[in-house]
Amino acid sequence: MRYQRVLNGFAAGLALLTLSLGAQAQQSTAPDAPEIPVGATSTADHSKFAILQRDFTSGPEVTSACLTCHTEADDQMMHSIHFTWEFENPKTGQLLGKRHVINSFCGNVAGNEPRCTSCHAGYGWDDMSNPPPRQSTVGTGWDTTLPRPTPANGQNNAVDCLACHDRSGQYTKAATLAGHPPLNPMPDGLKTITGAKAWVVDLKRAAQSVGPTGRDNCGNCHFYGGGGDNVKHGDLSSVLYKPTKEVDVHMAADGLNFTCSTCHVADQHQIAGSRYDAMATDPHGTGKPGAARTTATCESCHSDRPHPIAASNPLEVLRGVKLNDHTNRVACQTCHIPEFARGGVATKTLWDWSTAGQLDNGKIIKREEYTQSDGKELHTYLSTKGDFEWGEDVVPYYSWFNGKVEYTMPETIIDPSKPVEINHIFGSADDPDSRIWPFKRMIGRQAYDAGFNKLAYSHVWGPETDTAFWTNFDWAKAIKAGMKAAGSDYSGEYGFVDTRMYWPIAHMVAPAEKALECKDCHAEDGRLEGLDGFYMPGRNPVSTAGIFGILMVLAALLGVLGHGLLRLVSNKKQGKNHE
Amino acid sequence: MSKRQVKIYPRFERIWHWTQALLIFALLFTGLGLNGLHHILPFGPAAMLHSAAAILLLVLWIFATFWLFTTGTWRQFVPTLDGLFGVVRYYAYGVFKGEQPPYLKILWRKHNPLQSLSYLGLKIAVFPMVWITGILYMTYNFWETVPNAGFYLNIVANLHLLAAYIVAAFVVIHIYMLTIGHGFRAHVKPMITGYDEIDLSPEEEAYLEKDEPWRLKKS
Repeated sequence: MRYQRVLNGFAAGLALLTLSLGAQAQQSTAPDAPEIPVGATSTADHSKFAILQRDFTSGPEVTSACLTCHTEADDQMMHSIHFTWEFENPKTGQLLGKRHVINSFCGNVAGNEPRCTSCHAGYGWDDMSNPPPRQSTVGTGWDTTLPRPTPANGQNNAVDCLACHDRSGQYTKAATLAGHPPLNPMPDGLKTITGAKAWVVDLKRAAQSVGPTGRDNCGNCHFYGGGGDNVKHGDLSSVLYKPTKEVDVHMAADGLNFTCSTCHVADQHQIAGSRYDAMATDPHGTGKPGAARTTATCESCHSDRPHPIAASNPLEVLRGVKLNDHTNRVACQTCHIPEFARGGVATKTLWDWSTAGQLDNGKIIKREEYTQSDGKELHTYLSTKGDFEWGEDVVPYYSWFNGKVEYTMPETIIDPSKPVEINHIFGSADDPDSRIWPFKRMIGRQAYDAGFNKLAYSHVWGPETDTAFWTNFDWAKAIKAGMKAAGSDYSGEYGFVDTRMYWPIAHMVAPAEKALECKDCHAEDGRLEGLDGFYMPGRNPVSTAGIFGILMVLAALLGVLGHGLLRLVSNKKQGKNHE
Repeated sequence: MSKRQVKIYPRFERIWHWTQALLIFALLFTGLGLNGLHHILPFGPAAMLHSAAAILLLVLWIFATFWLFTTGTWRQFVPTLDGLFGVVRYYAYGVFKGEQPPYLKILWRKHNPLQSLSYLGLKIAVFPMVWITGILYMTYNFWETVPNAGFYLNIVANLHLLAAYIVAAFVVIHIYMLTIGHGFRAHVKPMITGYDEIDLSPEEEAYLEKDEPWRLKKS
């Protein structure tokens, strides 16, 4: 609770921050620090702490220093999904998390650890068959005049505090060092987790800067999931470092200027909001005193009656009432996020791994045939990854959703004759807990074990191995090595299967005036055309009753026309004889 | 008997009739739009106007019902078989022969038997069907928790649509009927001025002259 209070207290102060990381993605020198409102609302200025007045030689050393005061933070963090990459879904009992699932983007972590765990909120996890290390011994060279903060018994300095709390703006993690930051000496061609050319991180500056999380802290990993900017989610891109109101009305720098943690409230390092165990609706409360705050839903703040009904115009009142009538069937996001991947950064909509491996006389092929609206050329084919398609301002896929998600796990038996749903979303019109939700529907084609009919692991990254697909371009070796790394039985035969993956859309909320209009759904071939099992006015003008009614009116018209015609031909005087 | 210009449609009845006509047209127009039959108005504004018109018409009806019962004019709608056959025969046959309309308006009975039967049918069958289904439709959120609510909504919506088409068919026939007999202008004029030519018995005339002189147009 203490941490949460500090977080809340800082929300206003953070509104003053100007973040500049987005514009600096390509530079190799450390980005400038965002303005830190030190002392604005906090009672601590970390730059004055004696234990931080020294040159650190490794990330874990900084963590050890942090833990001397924040005595419970390591334990809290190690129970969080950010650290364990493991999540037991209470609705399905499935053991999920990046550690366990296979997705339709980069596939699997096992076998590719130093690359994938670069975004792990910890240091040195290079073996998926074991849980993430709790203690790191990396780093020496403490100032002997200071107490040496080596991890005491039970203290876990493999937690990366700086990834989330650095406010100097220049802390980053290297793309291939299993969670460690780029430090001297730096390997050639090293990149950061956002794909920028790496720079040497100043750990002392970072340690002295710490504060509540900013958008850069969350975004540096979450905006770049799946191997690039906005590749994975579609509604989380570098645009959100500093979005306009049009892109995100809550996060707009010239508006409410929310950070991620304004909604994703944390309590003891447990962050609200989960894609694995989603809240399709929020029955808990609206942030009133004593109400649940561990929610990250629209309703948490806006309630389930969000549209104003106190307008001066009676028609506006009717409008508000009618819109409020929709909230128990339609998620807020459905109308208020009319398109995702807005603001100039495209999202990957199709990834076909089956075409990967083609070479041009032994050389890697790179095609860039998609031009993003900001002019950047995006890959449409890579020998390493296969074919891609991209989309900007993408109209979501809509589905009933009650928050329950079931994953096709690596051990699940699949039917390769039809597209495999990597995650199956539950919900229906008959289910009062379901809402119509917007999703990014990822279209994939990925490797599977053709003998055992299950999804296959593949070993793609690992420059020095002779099995890594990205250096050897041999699926047979890559899959065999991947299955071995994951400890999974492998039949020896592989194929490629079509997959679908659903990503609930909840970010990039547009200003109210940009929300969908009634007619976008209440129409023939409207946005909800694919959804059945409920009555929605406007979508079917030629229902049985409609046809019957039209025939009845036509019959009346024909009747009076016939009657009138008969009157005309039978008696010309008719109508004049009663004067 | 003498023919006199008598005010048989008091101001309220005329306001009632024309407001109702306007609102029914608005409801039919917006309703058919909501049904998806035309796209002259976008769905949102159409829905708001439809609801607003429905609420106004409901209020008007509450006033009209009150008015009918307090003034006793409800008797105008009591059905009668007396003369009904003659009217039906006239519309089905006589009108083509150039016959005179068989029914003359009298003071306490301004509708012909077919008219009052039709209006009664509208009042006790079609309009209630419109209102009941319409109010259920509008208040769906209050009863959506009953089992199979979605199925019932479908029924309610389709009955509402059907009732609307019956009203539309009525409007077509109603307007056409105005062209028969005295002619369109002669029919519409009383609904504007309130005065129509009525055969008054000497007693009726004497009564009106003495007690309700304002209902008699000075000729």
